[in-house]
Amino acid sequence: MDILYLLVPMSVLLVFALMVLFRWALGAGQFDDLEREGERILQEDSPKLDADQTPDRSAA
Amino acid sequence: MPDPTPSAPAVYNDGAVRLFTLAAVLWGVVGMAVGVLIAAQLTWPELNFGIAWLSYGRLRPLHTNAVIFAFGGCALMASSLYVVQRTSQVALFMPKLAAFVFWGWQVVIVAAAITLPMGYTQGKEYAELEWPIDILIAVVWVSYAVVFFGTIGIRKVRHIYVANWFFGSFILAVALLHIVNAAVIPVSLTKSYSAYAGVQDAMVQWWYGHNAVGFFLTAGFLGMMYYFIPKQAERPVYSYRLSIVHFWALIFTYMWAGPHHLHYTALPDWAQSVGMIFSLVLLAPSWGGMINGMMTLSGAWHKLREDPILKFLIVALSFYGMATFEGPMMSIKTVNALSHYTDWTVGHVHAGALGWVGLITIGSLYYMIPRMFGQTRMYSVKAIELHFWISTLGIVLYIAAMWMAGVMQGLMWRAVNADGTLVYSFVESVKATYPFYLIRLVGGLLYLSGMGVMVWNTVKTAQAGKYLPQRIPAVHAAVPSPA
Repeated sequence: MDILYLLVPMSVLLVFALMVLFRWALGAGQFDDLEREGERILQEDSPKLDADQTPDRSAA
Repeated sequence: MPDPTPSAPAVYNDGAVRLFTLAAVLWGVVGMAVGVLIAAQLTWPELNFGIAWLSYGRLRPLHTNAVIFAFGGCALMASSLYVVQRTSQVALFMPKLAAFVFWGWQVVIVAAAITLPMGYTQGKEYAELEWPIDILIAVVWVSYAVVFFGTIGIRKVRHIYVANWFFGSFILAVALLHIVNAAVIPVSLTKSYSAYAGVQDAMVQWWYGHNAVGFFLTAGFLGMMYYFIPKQAERPVYSYRLSIVHFWALIFTYMWAGPHHLHYTALPDWAQSVGMIFSLVLLAPSWGGMINGMMTLSGAWHKLREDPILKFLIVALSFYGMATFEGPMMSIKTVNALSHYTDWTVGHVHAGALGWVGLITIGSLYYMIPRMFGQTRMYSVKAIELHFWISTLGIVLYIAAMWMAGVMQGLMWRAVNADGTLVYSFVESVKATYPFYLIRLVGGLLYLSGMGVMVWNTVKTAQAGKYLPQRIPAVHAAVPSPA
């Protein structure tokens, strides 16, 4: 079942990449204040950005 | 992207979005019409008229490719580019590249429509297109990824809305799947051989195939669901926290389910077991997402009575729940021993395809299309209602017919006499399936005629309005967070 030499390392790399991505998201505040984020898309016309919502380029 | 000045309001870049929504409707009709034709051919084989280009074997992949990649693909591209702009409050990154994505994708579709009836095929399900088209797909896909992730990169809102996580994972997963599974050795412009062989190729193929379902047909459309249901219901997602858990659990589990397509084949037993276990586990995140989407209507269930778009979106979720319960059940080896190679599989596919993918797409298109023509509702809401009921009836007829046919086939094929000989010959099971093929054809015809109603409504909507670019909400000076 030689294909495993491709699939298993690829899957491990993929899981590792996902873990890195998750850790970035956690650190960049993606999981802060979740309920308000859920409501943000419903705000009409001119939704305001809160003080701590200005995009943090260094973290993104 | 420069910040908007008071005298030059920034607008969203919806040129490609608009084209994709219209293309989705067009290819939906085309792909489903081919489906109706091949369903008719299974009932009346003489309907290939002895012409090679109309033979079932060549038209079946045309149907699957058209409904998945042309209809589904254009709908996903429309939705993702629509949603990523509005949730990031910024216009598209590299809009000219987005235009290339649109036209490049249409070339892929037309190339498929020409080469598949001509019989050029790599023989791998949902990956039949030959290698020159595969290369074009890769180029267009990378461009699509650049536009989508680039837009996220220049976003004005720090939080990345959950729908974008689903879209992003769909885009990245499909890129990986396509590149690995499409690895071939070409021998001519129209012929190639897979880089893998035998059961190894089967494993790669169904790692691809099930993740095509899981990421293209599920994760991508969940992105649609998580935006358009809250917007149409005017309610936030029931539990935003759950949507995030749903996302991470789903994308992790889906990658391992592929072997459930290979039960009782030459694939090693342990690989089959892995596929079965993870497919069962998948039930949890799938239903978490379904419940999350449905409960968004909590406190607003009455809207379902009057709003047919919501009917489409919510009933889509119920079919999603059905199919994601049925799938894990069919992944159990004992069950699969009966269901494999029967029409039950076809029934399951179409519960997901017509029920989940179709209805959520149609609902989302009915949301987006008027907004592409300066309006907030389609020309005729009654026509949406009609479309909903015709489609739902069609789906029910289709899947019920296939369930009955499938279980019957499985039972007939395994029936043995006391001396161990088979009770039925194969052709006897084909003959017994005939009435179910007829019912399925009626179901498919109903679904297709629903799309016909949609075409009429879309044309009337387009004629009644014109494209008005939508302003991006002005970015206000920062205000302190409450409490």
